Amino acid sequence: MTPNLHLWLIPVLPLVGAAINGFLGRRFSRQTVAAVALGFCGAAFAMAIAVATQFSSLPVVPHIETLAHWMRAGAFQADFAFYLDQLSFVMLLVVTGVGFLIHIYSVGYMWEEGGFYRFFSYLNLFMFFMLTLVLANNYLLMFIGWEGVGLASYLLIGFWFLKDSAASAGKKAFIVNRIGDFGFLIALFLLIQHFGSLTFAEVFQKIDAMNPETAGAGLLSTIGILLMVGAAGKSAQIPLYVWLPDAMEGPTPVSALIHAATMVTAGVYMVARSHVIFEHAPTALMVVAITGTLTALFAATIGIAQTDIKKVLAYSTVSQLGYMFIACGVGAFSAGIFHLMTHAFFKGLLFLAAGSVIHAIGGEQDMRKMGGLRTKIPWTFWTMTAGTFAIAGFPPLAGFFSKDEILWRAYQTNWIYWAIGVFTAFLTSFYMFRQWFLTFFGEYRGEADHAHGDQTRAGVPAPHGHGGIHESPAIMLVPLVILAVLSVAGGWVGASRFELFLSPVFYSHNSGHLIAPSSEEAAQMRQMESLESTLTMVSVAAAGLGLFLAWLLYYRRPKLPQQIAESLGGFYTAVLSKYYVDELYATLFVKPLVDGSTRILWHTIDQGVIDTTLDDTADSARDVSDTARRMQSGNIRSYAGWVAVGAAAVIAYMIWVGTR
Amino acid sequence: MNSPTLDGAILTLVTFIPLAGALLLIVAPRRDREIRWFALGVSLLGFFASLHLPVHFARAQAGFQYELNVPWIPTPNIHYHMGIDGISMWLVVLTTFLTPLCVLISWKSIHDRVKEFFILLLILETALIGVFVSLDLFLFYFFWEATLIPMALLIGIYGHERRVYAAVKFFLYTMVASVFMLAAILWLYAKTGTFDFVAIQTAIRGGQVAGFAGAGAWLFLGFFVAFAVKVPLFPVHTWLPDAHVEAPTAGSVLLAGVLLKMGTYGMLRFNLGLFPEQSRTNAKWIMVLAIIGIIYGALVAMVQPNLKKLIAYSSISHLGFVVLGIFSFTQAGLDGATFVMLAHGVSTGALFMLAGILYERRHTYDIASFGGIATPMPVYATFFLFITLASVGLPLLNGFVGEFLVLSGAFQARAVYGALGATGVIWSACYLLWMYQRVFFGKVTHDVNLSLPDLNGREQIALWPTAVAALIMGVAPLLWLNAIDPAVQTALAPFVQLASKVVGQ
Repeated sequence: MTPNLHLWLIPVLPLVGAAINGFLGRRFSRQTVAAVALGFCGAAFAMAIAVATQFSSLPVVPHIETLAHWMRAGAFQADFAFYLDQLSFVMLLVVTGVGFLIHIYSVGYMWEEGGFYRFFSYLNLFMFFMLTLVLANNYLLMFIGWEGVGLASYLLIGFWFLKDSAASAGKKAFIVNRIGDFGFLIALFLLIQHFGSLTFAEVFQKIDAMNPETAGAGLLSTIGILLMVGAAGKSAQIPLYVWLPDAMEGPTPVSALIHAATMVTAGVYMVARSHVIFEHAPTALMVVAITGTLTALFAATIGIAQTDIKKVLAYSTVSQLGYMFIACGVGAFSAGIFHLMTHAFFKGLLFLAAGSVIHAIGGEQDMRKMGGLRTKIPWTFWTMTAGTFAIAGFPPLAGFFSKDEILWRAYQTNWIYWAIGVFTAFLTSFYMFRQWFLTFFGEYRGEADHAHGDQTRAGVPAPHGHGGIHESPAIMLVPLVILAVLSVAGGWVGASRFELFLSPVFYSHNSGHLIAPSSEEAAQMRQMESLESTLTMVSVAAAGLGLFLAWLLYYRRPKLPQQIAESLGGFYTAVLSKYYVDELYATLFVKPLVDGSTRILWHTIDQGVIDTTLDDTADSARDVSDTARRMQSGNIRSYAGWVAVGAAAVIAYMIWVGTR
Repeated sequence: MNSPTLDGAILTLVTFIPLAGALLLIVAPRRDREIRWFALGVSLLGFFASLHLPVHFARAQAGFQYELNVPWIPTPNIHYHMGIDGISMWLVVLTTFLTPLCVLISWKSIHDRVKEFFILLLILETALIGVFVSLDLFLFYFFWEATLIPMALLIGIYGHERRVYAAVKFFLYTMVASVFMLAAILWLYAKTGTFDFVAIQTAIRGGQVAGFAGAGAWLFLGFFVAFAVKVPLFPVHTWLPDAHVEAPTAGSVLLAGVLLKMGTYGMLRFNLGLFPEQSRTNAKWIMVLAIIGIIYGALVAMVQPNLKKLIAYSSISHLGFVVLGIFSFTQAGLDGATFVMLAHGVSTGALFMLAGILYERRHTYDIASFGGIATPMPVYATFFLFITLASVGLPLLNGFVGEFLVLSGAFQARAVYGALGATGVIWSACYLLWMYQRVFFGKVTHDVNLSLPDLNGREQIALWPTAVAALIMGVAPLLWLNAIDPAVQTALAPFVQLASKVVGQ
């Protein structure tokens, strides 16, 4: 007997919270708004825990629950149906758990902001869509969540909509994501066309039945690449990553929840969910791996030169997502999901800690105006330290285990992926410790009386009445501490046990060679193990080198970076300006589209060619302007009269013709 | 079929309730307040009467329902033949749904010649419904042309500065095109001796129409030209922006919401229904024009400095989806096309109402005159955003279902058409979100906008139904698709054979 877990309630609970706060929140007190938002988000988390307790006793996994039919056209049908397997189970816990923590933190962070109810309504709405995405049993329902999280992201990036930059960033995020969605949609059309369904189980079953060597390969490669286009939009990969750094215009808890821990990993989840397609499509896998590798490296180099504490973390997120795609691209999906999970812990933590820093010094985000905060905000410092060491990949913190697994798997596919991955790990360690030193060590470089009601930029937390640098309240520190613990210990489960847990998802299909090594391979594996530990040492050394260099440049010899920057000249400027990619896109796409649409399409074709042609060639059309001109001086009644006379004549003619 | 007598009369009732109201208004005294309430009552009565249709509609049953077929004029042989299937039924309900909202939105904005305004509005409603329920070609043509007069008068009398130019352009543009359809109808009558749609269809399919082989292509074109102008399809769309910009709000709502669908409905019913082979032959270039319309309409919409023109061009883009779906000859494509017609009617109708609300306050549609409107008018901004998202095609709102089905159908018909059409999802986000940002976000740039009043109760009452409909249509599209799907299946029956040939190759 399959138990009914009422999975639909998990996404719908936060939706109810969003609706209550959205419609009534304006009249509520802040306490009530917070209670509603936390209550419904917490209920979803509690349900997820309840599901977790029953998970091992489920007789059939994947466990599917159908709520209602959604749409149908001929034989095609899509339902509101939910799909629980090991993969969505992991995602469910990460999303509800980290989401709930960030909800709690937000109460403290947003307490003095206007639009408090609006913020929590949006945040709950995001949870609804994200959980829909994660629990969907078909691509179309997943697409609801997919677009919906984009909406929530749009609303939250533009939360401080009085600021033009925030409004523009929200719009940019939505449109760039739509470009990715275009690819996703075409992939869905191909799936419908060839498999007649968008239900995971049905599609994958039909693909498994195909002969991989023949017809399917081209088709599946196309589908895979198109899905990757969608994933590149949502998960900020080259060439569609440009929206994510701008998205930092949103409140910091939003950056933590949506633009680090959960939404941006949706692309990774989607690729992992579609692993059956990718496993049959080597070309698509290669595209995923290459995209991931290039993005990881590219974003890390930009991260080095950023001075805004949130921008560093944003590029770091882009880079880390690149790692997850490397994992997927080399077929190590569980390693990708493992990194997704640990990244949710430590990057969520880093953003929240950065928020705490920003909060402490009255809204400043420029690291050049920080420094020496170690002793003033110790809780923030220690938690952020945990996050920094975790992302840099120092054992035994969470990031070490997941990143190491990815690099090892990448090496087995192609040493170039590994080499770039290790170099990126070095860069990661460097820019993260650069941030760490700039923020917490040395002398404080900000203005002394910053927190006494000075004019902070619109949209960042308003300065408090209680001046001076101050530690955040407990409601913000508790989530920090919990995430710090997870960032330290979250990887101890170990990559292999994690992989074993996910193995029913990823290895139940005809890729059995990955789990059952022959005796020859076993001997080879022992050899590999020693290689693996060598490679691990290399990557830890890379992280150590990054730490050392950051220490040298930003602690020991703080004048040196300026000199290096000057000696690099143009290259440094290019990195600082993010390689001018935004400018390039503006010149290549935005401007030609707007100008072309105005001058060529509207003025020339619409008003010029079409209207002029009509006016010149058709007698009747020429009469339009004549009549209009003549009648313009007359009174309204005569216009009406003219039109009525014309109409009457027409009808008379009609009846005459008809009755003849 | 619980009450056979009512079932036969219901379409007549639904069609002529507004006209009866209009006739009563003609003799009514000029008391504007009472006239408004009366018009609202009549249009609501029409709406509730029309709800009988979907409630008692036999969804599993193919063919026309609520039919009434009585001889009207013996020579020529004109019948009063009415009936609806799952497609036309929803277009009728869309019309009766939007009309009361039009009354509400015109409550204050129309203050001169109030009586005539509501008379014209109600006459227009009757004519629009008549188009969708007529199964006699003469009757159809009669209603078709009858929509022109009240609409042209609404634009010409109650419109803005260049109203007469726009009204005459609208009138002649569509009038001239309709002549071709009239010629085609008369040819068919001459050969078959009947105006009856079903009879002519049977005759054509049975090969009993002399000279049809040679004339078929021309007949197809005759109908098509009339419909294409009405849709409007690129490149015969230039009447629409002018008409919309000049029209009063209620006129725009019905123009975009219903009147344009006469064109797409006509293609579906008559081009596909009477000329399946010719439809297939011509599908390629029609789909190309539809795709051009989707992209072109969106790009031109993007750069409009005038809010209402922007929405008008966006209609061209959306109606391009409808035509694309219809000429894909796939179940998904036609289901989707019908759904887009309804969804677009609701959301674009609402967009025009919203634009009108802003116009009432500022007497301009110029986007540059706004900016930061979300601050003085938060409720208005929320409604606007919701409808914008519906129009952008956000899943769980009404725009998505239709667009998705259309594109999936077009993709099955020809992958490159589906892919090109799908770029529409990018364009719509561009022009709508950019517009939204310029109107609502940022600081208030013109001081006059600081004191704009937010929505009042009446305006909210007019907008709520559209928002609720947009949501329900997105969440539970099956309520509509259940009736549409079998009707589409019937419409596609002659194509199945032709299509199976292609698959077999």
